[in-house]
Amino acid sequence: MQGLEVRHLSMSFGGIHAVRDVSFEVPAGSIFSIIGPNGAGKTTIFNLLTRVATPSGGEVLFDGTNLLGLRQNQIARRGIARTFQNLELFQDATVVENVLAGRHINFSTSIWQEALGVAETRRQEDANRAEADRIVDYLGLRRFRDTPIAYLPYGICKIVELGRALAVKPRLLLLDEPAAGLNATETQRMAHWIRDINTSLNVTVVLIEHDMRLVEEVSHRVLAMESGRVLTVGEPQEVQRHPEVIAAYLGGVIA
Amino acid sequence: MIAELLLNGIALGCVYSLIALGFVLIFKATGIVNFAQGDIMMLGSFFGLTTIGLWGMPYLLGFVCAVLATAVCGYLFNRLLLQHVVGRPEFQIIMVTIGLGYILRTIAGVVPGWGSLPQRFATPFDGKVDVVFGMPVSQERLVIVLVTAGLMVLLFLFFRFTRVGIAMQAASQNKTAATLVGISVPGVNSLVWALGAGMAGVAGILIAPITFVYPGVGYVGLLAFPAAVLGGFGSLPGAFVGGIVIGLLEVFSGFYLSEWVRNAAPYMALLAVLFIRPSGLFGVRLQKKV
Repeated sequence: MQGLEVRHLSMSFGGIHAVRDVSFEVPAGSIFSIIGPNGAGKTTIFNLLTRVATPSGGEVLFDGTNLLGLRQNQIARRGIARTFQNLELFQDATVVENVLAGRHINFSTSIWQEALGVAETRRQEDANRAEADRIVDYLGLRRFRDTPIAYLPYGICKIVELGRALAVKPRLLLLDEPAAGLNATETQRMAHWIRDINTSLNVTVVLIEHDMRLVEEVSHRVLAMESGRVLTVGEPQEVQRHPEVIAAYLGGVIA
Repeated sequence: MIAELLLNGIALGCVYSLIALGFVLIFKATGIVNFAQGDIMMLGSFFGLTTIGLWGMPYLLGFVCAVLATAVCGYLFNRLLLQHVVGRPEFQIIMVTIGLGYILRTIAGVVPGWGSLPQRFATPFDGKVDVVFGMPVSQERLVIVLVTAGLMVLLFLFFRFTRVGIAMQAASQNKTAATLVGISVPGVNSLVWALGAGMAGVAGILIAPITFVYPGVGYVGLLAFPAAVLGGFGSLPGAFVGGIVIGLLEVFSGFYLSEWVRNAAPYMALLAVLFIRPSGLFGVRLQKKV
């Protein structure tokens, strides 16, 4: 199958079952959201998909290949990029340098070619820099292009992380709470980019998000989790009305 | 007289700088405070003794081979030893590096042709004197300064322009992000160890004619710690300048005060810096943003 398939994924550490028997499918070209209260295991799923953590059981297939057989640094080469809830940027580097870092796997020159400054080195360097600049422009970051990350506000950093992920030229993009900490206007822009990345760049997107407006606006399908288990999977509105989901969010008061 | 002391101080300082640079490189990339750095330098001295002294290779060839051998050792130390303790409490890792130092000294004492008695090997600069600006200058020391200066330039170009160099900086700034974009952090760390050990190897070969070669010569390398701290511990230019300052301090205090003061001076400077400017001469205060 083209796209992402997660089968019976489980992960436990120290007696805590962070993820229990989670299965879902994300068809290529769709936008899929994972919702659930804090501690439900959403980020753990991302960590399992990107090999930051190793599951205690289950399978993860992307376009038919088993991701669990890969090392963490091979994930990008498979066309998978992600962002982090708490930002993992190169703090001393500028915006464009961070985006350029996402192009790492697209360089193929050896240290000797670089030392001698052969034409191929220059060509690859120029091509990748041009691509990074296109992404900077696309995300409206031109104004901050040469500012080090350490000087930028949180909202801008979130967009830079999206930019670095795009620089990988992913086929699958994992976004961990892209709208957290953004104001209403910024969230609107984020929604626009997510849809645009999905439709014009044809990238499959999985996002973890608490902002239900954003989830409803962009997702084709939604998965709701609680305490590591899947509550339900379905269309955004039907998931939101699901009694167990309401109960999970409101702590069982209504249900 | 002062000019001669100055050159001696700078030459000695250059050696400290090289060791300190390797030390800071490894610390920045892997977070490991490598107390075996001086003993890795000792290894470089012995490799030089082997290639140039025992096997009779031409100096330049022997030099390069010995540096490469030291670099390979550094690579293997990380690959076989330190990579497996990453993430453990700092104290344990420090003990591993101290233990590694002891083991290296012991090994050096028993390898045939090495042994515990001070030895030396011939260099093309032995006893030769150049005249620079009308002053007689020992070639040995001039070579130390020139080689160090050349290495600094190469190191700068390496970090500025090569992808491996940039990947090293990326991995040292943010391991998660570096891995995410496709950099193998353990692989890069092993290369950093190779680089750090190689620099110590260069120092070991350069200083061999002055200190001679014996298993305890690595104690000279201990002065790389005050050099690194003086420079701010995380800063490469700082480590370089810190090394030079320590070298000058030693030579001048030894001449104008006494040999006793000479040994203590670097550490007195270290304490002074820690009191007055805890982040070092070039230091930036380290903070982790949450």
